[in-house]
Amino acid sequence: MVTPLRIPWAAVAGAALALMPAALPAQVKPGDPFPVLDPSVLTGGTLPVTSGKVAFIDFWASWCAPCKASFPAYSQLNAAYAGRGLVIVAVSVDDSPAAFRAFVAKMQPTFATVEDAQHKLVGAVQVPTMPSCYLVDRTGRVRFMHAGFHGGQTEGELRGEIEKLLAEGAPSP
Amino acid sequence: MSGRKFALSGALVLAAILVAGCSTASAVRVRPWERAALADPAMNPDRDPLADAMGDHVNFSREAANGGKGVGGSGCGCN
Repeated sequence: MVTPLRIPWAAVAGAALALMPAALPAQVKPGDPFPVLDPSVLTGGTLPVTSGKVAFIDFWASWCAPCKASFPAYSQLNAAYAGRGLVIVAVSVDDSPAAFRAFVAKMQPTFATVEDAQHKLVGAVQVPTMPSCYLVDRTGRVRFMHAGFHGGQTEGELRGEIEKLLAEGAPSP
Repeated sequence: MSGRKFALSGALVLAAILVAGCSTASAVRVRPWERAALADPAMNPDRDPLADAMGDHVNFSREAANGGKGVGGSGCGCN
């Protein structure tokens, strides 16, 4: 007589669960609070003060062609709106600090550039594509986000959104 | 448990582990900020026009193929 095979289902399930990759954090979307900009994570530059201001957080990389096209546009946005309370922080996701520095030296941006070499911030935000940018209101909440940079169309949309957020004024204490 | 059953159970556990490793897309997906190597010019198969032209010529002349890139001819291998 053949004895039925006893399959250790508990062991099978346990092994499967233990080795299943951890779920990714959810993408940061409009309405969500933006993660804190931690100077111990974002290196390679000085982080400007963003609390109480409209913050424009851009994720870029030196190997990303649309990122190169976006920098002159963002410099124009900085020139137009920095005096009214807009702060632009461009976060590089380059693995190589040398590539980050070379890109910044070449593009000469007028706004803050920092490096997220360990991909901690970009991993928390889970950007959908490169580049991606987030407009954060004065309370620290994401109000608009753009995936990719599409030249004048993106710049025009950003101008309207920045005007709207700047017009909202400072949050009441 | 006999040796055969033990081996079979072990194989089932191993299969479950392998399936679990493949079950989540994040395990294999290259995320947008990790694509530096993929964006390298060396990854572009059309990066060398001369090599492209030579490859097309080989396909056209030696393999009786017309290249599929708008090259004229019948692909007879006579050129």
